[in-house]
Amino acid sequence: MPDWINVGSLTDIPRLGARVVATAQGDVAVFRTSSDEVFALLDRCPHRGGPLSQGMVYGRQVACPLHNWSIDLASGEAVAPDIGCAPRFPVRVEGGLVLLSLRDG
Amino acid sequence: MKERLVVVGNGMAGIRTVEELLKIEPQRYAITVFGDEPHSNYNRIMLSSVLAGEKRFDEIMLNDRSWYDEHDITLHAGTPVTSIDRVGRKVMACDGIEAGYDRLLLATGSVPFVLPVPGHELEGVIGFRTIADVETMVSAARSFHHAVVIGGGLLGLEAANGLLNNGMQVTVIHLPEVLMERQLDDAAASLLRATLERRGLKIVTGADTKALIGSRRVERVMLKDGRELVADLVIMAVGVRPNVALARAANLHCERGIVVNDTMQTFDPRVYAVGECVQHRHQTYGLVAPLFEQARVCANHLAYLGYGRYTGSTTATRLKVSGIELFSAGDFRGDDSSEAIVLKDTARGIYKKLILKENRIEGAVLYGDTVDGAWYYELMREKSDVSAHRDQLMFGRMHIADAGHGGEQSAAAMADDAQVCDCNGVCKGDIVNAIRTKGLFTLDDVKKHTKASSSCGGCAGLVEQILAACVGGAYSAPERKPLCSCTDFTHEEVREAIRVNRLTTREQAMAHMDWRTPDGCPGCRPALNYYMLAAWPAEAVDDAQSRFVNERVHANIQKDRSYTVVPRIWGGVTTPAELRAIADVAEKYRVPMVKITGGQRIDLVGVQKEQLPHIWADLNTAGLVSGHAYGKALRTVKTCIGSRFCRFGTQDSIGMGVALEKMTWGSWTPHKFKMAVSACPRNCAEATIKDFGVVGIEGAWELHIGGNGGLKVRVTDLLCRVKTDAEVLEYCGAFMQLYREQARYLERTAPWVERVGLPYVRQKVVDDAESRAALYRRFLDSQQPAQNDPWAEHAEEAHRLEFVPMTQIHASAVGQPPTQAGPYHGLTA
Repeated sequence: MPDWINVGSLTDIPRLGARVVATAQGDVAVFRTSSDEVFALLDRCPHRGGPLSQGMVYGRQVACPLHNWSIDLASGEAVAPDIGCAPRFPVRVEGGLVLLSLRDG
Repeated sequence: MKERLVVVGNGMAGIRTVEELLKIEPQRYAITVFGDEPHSNYNRIMLSSVLAGEKRFDEIMLNDRSWYDEHDITLHAGTPVTSIDRVGRKVMACDGIEAGYDRLLLATGSVPFVLPVPGHELEGVIGFRTIADVETMVSAARSFHHAVVIGGGLLGLEAANGLLNNGMQVTVIHLPEVLMERQLDDAAASLLRATLERRGLKIVTGADTKALIGSRRVERVMLKDGRELVADLVIMAVGVRPNVALARAANLHCERGIVVNDTMQTFDPRVYAVGECVQHRHQTYGLVAPLFEQARVCANHLAYLGYGRYTGSTTATRLKVSGIELFSAGDFRGDDSSEAIVLKDTARGIYKKLILKENRIEGAVLYGDTVDGAWYYELMREKSDVSAHRDQLMFGRMHIADAGHGGEQSAAAMADDAQVCDCNGVCKGDIVNAIRTKGLFTLDDVKKHTKASSSCGGCAGLVEQILAACVGGAYSAPERKPLCSCTDFTHEEVREAIRVNRLTTREQAMAHMDWRTPDGCPGCRPALNYYMLAAWPAEAVDDAQSRFVNERVHANIQKDRSYTVVPRIWGGVTTPAELRAIADVAEKYRVPMVKITGGQRIDLVGVQKEQLPHIWADLNTAGLVSGHAYGKALRTVKTCIGSRFCRFGTQDSIGMGVALEKMTWGSWTPHKFKMAVSACPRNCAEATIKDFGVVGIEGAWELHIGGNGGLKVRVTDLLCRVKTDAEVLEYCGAFMQLYREQARYLERTAPWVERVGLPYVRQKVVDDAESRAALYRRFLDSQQPAQNDPWAEHAEEAHRLEFVPMTQIHASAVGQPPTQAGPYHGLTA
């Protein structure tokens, strides 16, 4: 049972964008897709540690701003042919609020 | 219930179509594949490498049995289809198997043409098309000595080379006087012939076969001039014919091949055809790249997407005989109306010929040094006017553009650990390995998997050579290059649609052009955003989420996630007050480094994202604005001291530089745009490697365009000379506008000018005064809404939110029930 933490409202995150939640484990990027789905990943690209929160979101993917690796938002996995994985966190929207859990998803 | 798709032909074209279809529509069809050969799909182009002993069969397999199983595809291998019942919509195979279809795909390939001479049916007379043919050749080489290859074209020479490697004595007989007459001129053919003869191949040209003689197995080849050659094995390599027997028997319209339209549909709308068996716009193709393009289009239509057209391919050839570099494309012979540029260095074994017509490349033959093949081929396809650099054309792209790869010209000579791509540090071995293990076929595939040639592109020629050596000798490039995989439209078509239909938002544009993906991708979104801003500067809605991070936060991201901040320093001139303000900011925010840039500005390095709005606000207060050092936009205008102080200066370069920067700052461009102004021909501001360079001379200004000092050093082309300062501004605005309106997104002025040709730019900007005035006016109009300091806009409190975390979770918050975590106060400035 994850411990849900209210981190703000959905509208704080731009559509096709992300915001960062600062945590003791490091920054967590919370993404919002065009269909208002939210996903949370550790804000570090598995390639060279780029801030995924600053990347371009498209579909259910984000392109890292440093070297353009694409990361699948749902799994955290790099999109083939690249290989690597960013840790993900459970996140959901309830009543317009974004609830995040810091337990590994 | 799934629809039924039957594929006749288990070769490269048919299976590629299935692969493309599975990518976009994996669930629609229950798929059944029939193949004549008892194998699963293999790379037929590589048979010559198997014959030559350079590869094993298992290394050229493309899809093994498990692939068919994984995708629920029923494979009948070694089961030729004997007839098609178009009324009952089913196919019948030789062993009585029947399969009903809703859609039928014919990919029956081609068959070797067999000379109808007496004796052609004797044992030991074969074509060169299948794994079985190669097995026959290899086993014949163990028991027999003399092989004759009839046909000295691409296929014949690859067969002959392979048999030679198997220890046979090989004679090639060829009807015309020159080898590979469809790809080579006399000079290149004679160099090739000399190389092959040195390797031990016997070549008889002008030789017409009269008969093959033998009792059961072939023993001799008799020529019409009476000569006879001993032969235990005869390979017929005089050409291939599209395999249309099945289609013709089913009364599908066939000429030389099965006739298809631009959607790869035959005259029966339920029946599609792709590959070598096809005749499209009177052309048949035997190379792999056109087949793959056809496969993509065909898959689109099988998936009911209803768009995508195949419009034909221009092809080029590389011979796949190890150690021989040979490239041929287009009309390489020329005629009375064309001109030839020839370089011939027999001692080094190098020959290059370019055919030009009206200053455009029509064809090329390269022997010995083929690294520029891809470049010539691109210039040819783009129909670029090459008159401006015609004198250097023959020496290759390296000469014009100083692109990496250390002057290496031949991939074959490179060791596996030699670096091919100097931008991304990719070695030859990495590329070869990726091509083999991942089954790559195109330059784009290699770029994606290895990153080689994905940055400056200077090594693309070498990568193509490696690709040709690994996967096959012949390739082509698509005629149309879609903007990205989200659409089939080209850059030009997208831009035109935006202009004609007044599209001003991303959603509108994507809906109007049937974008394949809901949000586009990082490739097309910034391009669309730019095209809309360029076409409709006042109306278009700038979409921040479609901009790269640098343009969104008006700073340059660095590898450690920090940013650099560069204020605009007009014409490179600053004041003590400005310097003091910058120094104050650097101290106040503990900026780790202050650096002078190459463009005569000051760079604050190592700034944290949350600090950005505060720094901007402070700089704004001192009168400093954003320098757009992060944007696809006007960057800097570099100047020398000029006539106000310099004893040599002939013009006021600083005054001109400031005027140019005031006119153009804030203007978005397809790629970054740099300028410089020098006051005399000594050119201290290095204006001749800028996108737009101005050099003062006594009583006038020289205007230069298309220079680049970055990864490919390119000296500018001289556009013209003008007398007055006002003219400099007008020509500059007009040139920038032409570039803004016509270059593809992410195309710098240097490759753009090379692509469209200097004469075109001169015509629009210099010769035609009306065109120049209109361009200039449109440029000035576009600047009205553009010249707002983004720092001032974003430094406001409302916009600062994006720059700070939405919240901060303290370790203690974990394990608590849902509550609002501690608010984040941001950085108190």
